[in-house]
Amino acid sequence: MSGWLTVAMVAVPLLGALPLLVADDALRPVLRGYGMAVSGVTLALAAVMVASFDHGQPARPQFTVDLAWTPGLDLRFQLGVDGISLPLVALTALLVFLCFAYLGWGGGTAPGQLLHPGPGGVRPRALVFTLLVLEVGMIGTFLALDLLLFFVFFEIVLIPMYFLIAIWGGEGRRAAAVKFILYTLLGSVVMLLGLLLIWAQTGTLDIVELAGSHGAGMSRAVQVVAFVAVGLGLAVKTPMWPLHTWLPDAHTQAPTVGSVLLAGVLLKMGTYGFARIAIPILPEGAAAVAPWLGAFAVVGIVYGALACLAQRDLKRMIAYSSVGHMGFVLLGFATLSTAGVNGALFANVAHGLITGLLFFLAGAIKDRYHTADIPSLGGGLMARLPRLGAILTFAAIASLGLPGLAGFWGEMLALFGAFEPAAALPRGLFLVFMVIGGLGAVLTAAYFLVMLSRVTHGSPTAVTPGAPSGGPAASAGTASTAGGPDVLAGVASRAAGESVTGRLSATLPEPPDEQPVHPLPNSETPPGERSPHETPPYETPPRAGAAHRAELPDVQRHELVAWVPLIVLILLFGLWPQLLLALTTPAVQTLLGALS
Amino acid sequence: MTMVPLPAVLLPFAAAAAGLLLSRWPHGRPSAGANRRAAWIAVIPTAGAAVFAVWLAWGQGFAYLEGGPRSEPVGATYGAIVTGSVPISLTLQADDLSALLGVLVTLVALAVQVYSIGYLADDPRYPSYSAFVSLFTAAMLLVVYAGDLLVLYVGWEIMGLCSYLLVGHWWEDLGNSRAAVKAFLVTRLGDVGFLFGIFVLGVGAGSFRIADVLAAVPQMSSGTLVTATLLLLAGVAGKSAQVPLHTWLPDAMAGPTPISALIHAATMVAAGIFLVARLFPVFTAAGPTMDVLAVMAALGMLGAALAALAQDDLKRVLAYSTISQLAYMAGGLAAGSDTAAIFHLITHGAFKALLFLCAGLVIHHVGSNLMSRMGGLRRELPVTFAATTVGFAALMGLPPASGFFSKDALLAAMEGALTGRLTDAAALLLYGCALATVAVTGAYATRAWLRTFFGRARTVALPEPEPGTAHVIDVREGPRTMLVPVVLLAVPALLLGFAAEPHLDLPIAVISVALALLGAAVVYVAWRADPLADPARLLGVLRVPCERAFYVDGLYAAVVVRPVLALAGGVSRADDEVIDGAVRGSGRTARGLSGMLRLVQNGNVQLYVSGLLAGVLLIALGAVVFA
Repeated sequence: MSGWLTVAMVAVPLLGALPLLVADDALRPVLRGYGMAVSGVTLALAAVMVASFDHGQPARPQFTVDLAWTPGLDLRFQLGVDGISLPLVALTALLVFLCFAYLGWGGGTAPGQLLHPGPGGVRPRALVFTLLVLEVGMIGTFLALDLLLFFVFFEIVLIPMYFLIAIWGGEGRRAAAVKFILYTLLGSVVMLLGLLLIWAQTGTLDIVELAGSHGAGMSRAVQVVAFVAVGLGLAVKTPMWPLHTWLPDAHTQAPTVGSVLLAGVLLKMGTYGFARIAIPILPEGAAAVAPWLGAFAVVGIVYGALACLAQRDLKRMIAYSSVGHMGFVLLGFATLSTAGVNGALFANVAHGLITGLLFFLAGAIKDRYHTADIPSLGGGLMARLPRLGAILTFAAIASLGLPGLAGFWGEMLALFGAFEPAAALPRGLFLVFMVIGGLGAVLTAAYFLVMLSRVTHGSPTAVTPGAPSGGPAASAGTASTAGGPDVLAGVASRAAGESVTGRLSATLPEPPDEQPVHPLPNSETPPGERSPHETPPYETPPRAGAAHRAELPDVQRHELVAWVPLIVLILLFGLWPQLLLALTTPAVQTLLGALS
Repeated sequence: MTMVPLPAVLLPFAAAAAGLLLSRWPHGRPSAGANRRAAWIAVIPTAGAAVFAVWLAWGQGFAYLEGGPRSEPVGATYGAIVTGSVPISLTLQADDLSALLGVLVTLVALAVQVYSIGYLADDPRYPSYSAFVSLFTAAMLLVVYAGDLLVLYVGWEIMGLCSYLLVGHWWEDLGNSRAAVKAFLVTRLGDVGFLFGIFVLGVGAGSFRIADVLAAVPQMSSGTLVTATLLLLAGVAGKSAQVPLHTWLPDAMAGPTPISALIHAATMVAAGIFLVARLFPVFTAAGPTMDVLAVMAALGMLGAALAALAQDDLKRVLAYSTISQLAYMAGGLAAGSDTAAIFHLITHGAFKALLFLCAGLVIHHVGSNLMSRMGGLRRELPVTFAATTVGFAALMGLPPASGFFSKDALLAAMEGALTGRLTDAAALLLYGCALATVAVTGAYATRAWLRTFFGRARTVALPEPEPGTAHVIDVREGPRTMLVPVVLLAVPALLLGFAAEPHLDLPIAVISVALALLGAAVVYVAWRADPLADPARLLGVLRVPCERAFYVDGLYAAVVVRPVLALAGGVSRADDEVIDGAVRGSGRTARGLSGMLRLVQNGNVQLYVSGLLAGVLLIALGAVVFA
């Protein structure tokens, strides 16, 4: 049929990347527009795909291509898209385009816009190339319908992401990048063994055919071994507790666009593998391993939330929050019920949107304050940068799973799935998982609200790294003494207050690649003069706020361009979840065929 | 006609969106013009929603309270959300109960929106404030008109969010921020149970539609029903601030006073009571749950009333009073009378909103929340004094104020429960606590009334208002936008009792009025003896525990908050040292091994040749041995 569309989705970014190799100087002036144009064409193709997708039959792979690739090994180039992969393909194309828009919109000179031209630019050509190759790998992973092709695309992604972290990252980037690539490669090797085992047993690599036969031709023991092997590889990528420790380092060190794509798309490749390969091809293995998967998932939910509660670095906290959210996704898969897997797929997309937005915001804060250390930020973001604070509040609330926003439906359905797991699974155990997951949801709310309280609330103290002052310590100190015994915020800010002075003296040197365009001026009001108790709070914004706004720019146009689509989609999927669920439900029912 | 609940929900929702996006457009700066625009954006849709709500309720009127045959709900289904299991149906409906509640919600919201125009006149964040109030109104109406449990849950949680945003309105003070976080988290804890309760009911009935669930009650096993209702009760306790999840409400008084009136007195906290009434057949079929509810209510009403007696902050007095009055309603439900509970919910909504708005006028005038800074205000604020007097009379249950009738109905129901479905001990505890609470209510209401409006004026020129309180404005009474809603609310607070053909139980009425007057008299005598001293000294050794609300906050901090934080710190360290340590350790091990292997590669040809020979020898040996 119209298989050209799937091929084009992969070919456009690939062909777009090629001229960057040859034309050195010719492309340099138009580089920012070039990246946006190529990814924009890909996004347009994705939009065409969504529009011409036969929504009546989302369970059937559409736009399929089936070409001989390596005839000797019987490898085939098989692409296609169904209701499970379509949202992810569209999400990928959108996020890559938004990343390019973020990098290149407007003058391209704002901090965080790494593409600025001229000497001192940070290898803009290489960055565009890297991102486009990354897009090839990511979209290819979601489109592949052949086990080895899936693996190839899965691996292609690692290389550009490695360079993204290692070249454009923060000051600990080398170690983080090496850890990222070694850890995930190790996982991939195990997964490859599992895929080869499937191949050896069934003699085919065709995912559709394998899923259709529901594990026929493989004994239960083989299925269990294969599921564990494939699952381990996917679990590293997802990441599942306790295989997650590459993630915080990678996120903390990656540049903003790297973090966004890492959280928004790369993690989804792991969970997508469960829905595309592990569960449908190995149903008996899935049923045998599912209780373990569920156990690791709920441990991850609670563990991630607790780790977040103790984090001081904003980016690191969001990274750990991904561990928790991916725990909900894995719990959904582990239930092997339609509702649960639906929830997992929904949470997958929602997490891509919300956490993508959160990392954009964390990057924006880091670009302005030159630190993501929460105590050093000094609070008062709402007073200093009201729009940024408002969007951060929105994203945090979406992420904690408020109904009416996208984060809710996935988590709710995953828990609902755990309430009614597949018949083959022990129900009592999954009820325990459900309760633990529910408590994890409360902890999730706790750390996000504590973070909001510490970052956005309070009076802004004129603290910048390198300008030592008693400001933040004083405000945190008064906070902890006011009022009676109280919730987490008080204790947390007390802990923050104790350590902030020590931290300030050892502020980090500027990462060489992140050059502040706006040098941080010394505040006009001396720090410490304005304490939160001297000024009536509701009088702060008009006068003092204006002065602050002159120092730090509030949300800028290129940021708005990148963030507004995410905000709109979070609201859209939150208010009308049927949009996604109508796509995934029939596909999930098909893939669970043997189990439900 | 079937379309009607939808616009009532959508109007305030649209107002919230418009208020957030448009009121500062195009300049984006706080200004008087923006505030004025925001005020129009807020008030007109709320008024429209009120018109729709009244229209919906017009036919039935107070039919729900009179107990007769219930009329058929009107409403419509706007599609379904497939989940792969039980689908969610997007249904809105209005029946006797929700029509009545809708009127309460929209009218109180309207009063509060108008009042806020004056109260937050020069607050630069008034536009977002009024938008959040609109969003809250929409969410509450969604709860009230929802025909599906999960739709109800969506509104239920959004209300919690609005509560969080509005309690933290003056976020410059981290104390307010902390109160907001606490309010959200405590209710969220209950809401997790609530969601699981919905799961149990939905799977048990095969549908999340409220009508289907109610119809399926006879088929469900008693185990399912008890589990479901107990789980739902967790959410009810969180939202309606009942023991043991009540601790957030007094702290939530950090928000602006109109918010305390709307969310934390009249509407949101009543949602839990409403939910039990909505699913009343489910609850009555689960006997043990009703006993639990009765015990919770009994402890809550007396404990909170005693706590109210010892507070110095006027708003905290009213907050504890709210907990106590909500416990009355919960007790009425446990005793088996949903109509009495809803009747009290409505009269309480009127008189408590009135009391809070009056407290706002007083605080606005004095510049402090503390009663020790008030006194003698009846001459300066005659209108507020009269309105407050009506409110306190209703709170104490004195005739002819509305509270008298509704409290009488509740007490009659609780007395009836002594021989009814509750277990004897629970029923006895409930009725005993209810009577004791009547006396304590009389005492604390009188104390607050006397200390605020009588005695000598203690208002001194304050240097600056505390963060989180309104401006000091030295006019005699508040602005007209604040006074008009107060006066208008005083009318239902006084007269609502006559609306629904009151059924008086005369002996109980006499007992309760006598008890309330007794409590009032004791406080009055103590106050006459020394008008400057706090009558709370009557509590003696109990005074400090009462003021601290029996140390529940401290207990939770010690049992929940600190262990969780310690655990978080432990997890963070363990993650770094154990889990990541293992990862780094494996890296180090690999490097160490490679270092050992490298020793062999030292460039010494003799070593290489000897190794080669040794290998050949081994292979040859192997070939000989195994061949």
